[in-house]
Amino acid sequence: MPSRRARAAAGSANSRKRMPQLTSFTPARPEEILAPVKPWFVVLTLFLGFIGNLIPLTGVALALKPDFLALTLLYWCIQEPRLISVGIAWGLGLLMDVADATVFGQHALAYAVLAYAAEYFRRRVLRFPPWQQAAQVAVLLLLCAALVLLVRVVGGAPLPRWTYAVGPLVGALLWPGVSTLLQWPQRPPRSPAER
Amino acid sequence: MRHLSVEPPPFFHRGPSPLARLAFFGLLSLLLLFTDTRYRYLENVRQTVATALYPLQRIVLMPGEAVAYATGYFAAQRALTDDNTALKQDLLTQAPAVQGYQVLQQENIRLRALLDVEQRIQRATTAAEVLYTGRDPFTQKVFVDKGESSGVQPGQAVIDDVGVVGQVTRVFPYMAEVTLVTDKDYAVPVRVERSGVRSVMYGAGTGRLPELRFLSPNSEIQAGDRLVTSGIDGTYPAGLAVAQVVSVERETGQIFARVICRPLAGADKSAHVLILGRIAAPPKRPEEASDAEPPRKGRSRVRE
Repeated sequence: MPSRRARAAAGSANSRKRMPQLTSFTPARPEEILAPVKPWFVVLTLFLGFIGNLIPLTGVALALKPDFLALTLLYWCIQEPRLISVGIAWGLGLLMDVADATVFGQHALAYAVLAYAAEYFRRRVLRFPPWQQAAQVAVLLLLCAALVLLVRVVGGAPLPRWTYAVGPLVGALLWPGVSTLLQWPQRPPRSPAER
Repeated sequence: MRHLSVEPPPFFHRGPSPLARLAFFGLLSLLLLFTDTRYRYLENVRQTVATALYPLQRIVLMPGEAVAYATGYFAAQRALTDDNTALKQDLLTQAPAVQGYQVLQQENIRLRALLDVEQRIQRATTAAEVLYTGRDPFTQKVFVDKGESSGVQPGQAVIDDVGVVGQVTRVFPYMAEVTLVTDKDYAVPVRVERSGVRSVMYGAGTGRLPELRFLSPNSEIQAGDRLVTSGIDGTYPAGLAVAQVVSVERETGQIFARVICRPLAGADKSAHVLILGRIAAPPKRPEEASDAEPPRKGRSRVRE
């Protein structure tokens, strides 16, 4: 009997050990101290976000496409506000305006406001688990999209279809994955027992 | 929070506050927005940055092109043969019309010479391929792979095998932006093919069909009519198919009829388009626009 109980205990310990291994693609725990971020990694991810926005898509895929650059920017504004803030966001917005051939200053304004909002809310956002963070990110991304909408409608553009709001929501759904991925290189190494 | 480096003591200098930065950059963007929409001073900057971005955009396009090439390469020979046969038959059926067109064109030139009317000029054309649709959800635009290096200029008309697609609105060194006829407030001067009634077709924006505005309720137009370019604007040659009338509503309380039409050309589907060259000598301007020009001799004499 005791041996069986011991085996069961060992089994449960094993499973407890194995479970996090399977789902180890999770953000760092609050007690873990992250390594300092490498600037080249920030630049690389922002560049990849920009490339992601350049992907030519049509139809449904275009409607679903989130703003990858805004998402990456938001992450760095929340995590590294001393490195990436309003100024850099504004510059990237200008780049996006040229790439999308839209009115100059439209994305720049939206990204600048996004960066400011991120800096304002970052302490609150960071307190929550990923999915609740995503809900707050959805609000920030929708704010960004609403600003673009306002600027364009004031400029005389027609109202877009309702699918306009889908992109930011998809972006918010991607948030947990994106934030975990961007945090990956900074995580401290874990001992096998800890996993 | 989790970082050691993020929370510095407040007495370290960190530059202007975020709000100050936001105010500065926000005002700068508003200024840019105003300048760009009103005066278009910044086209040079846009050209330069767009040229720098061009290689990047081509690289991003590459995977899609590779897939298209691979699927094209492995397409069944049967399908290709069928396609070829169909195309040959099309060519044969169109041959009489084309041969007749040559004769008619010669005749037209002679008649126009007899009547002392301005000759119609053959335009140079550039074939181009659509690279991608514009990502801006507020406008209807496509980008084609021919630009300034191929002699494309802003204002040139763009057609596909069915009819008018749109007009070149912005030219980059290796790319050009084409605004589609469905873009909001994009105007094409048209003529009803059946009755000859002239009007102007206005685009209505994403997801909405273009309409003819300011057409009196008693004008000779009905659902199913084909609209062709009237050629009075000097941009489009006359007689290109533009759209088909979908519905005509004549309400007694309204001054104008409400005419909805559907563009014929696959404005957002066609992969290959033709950019038409500009006419060497633009046609005479309509009366109200000629006020700025020096008055013509005959007319001034009449006024005196």
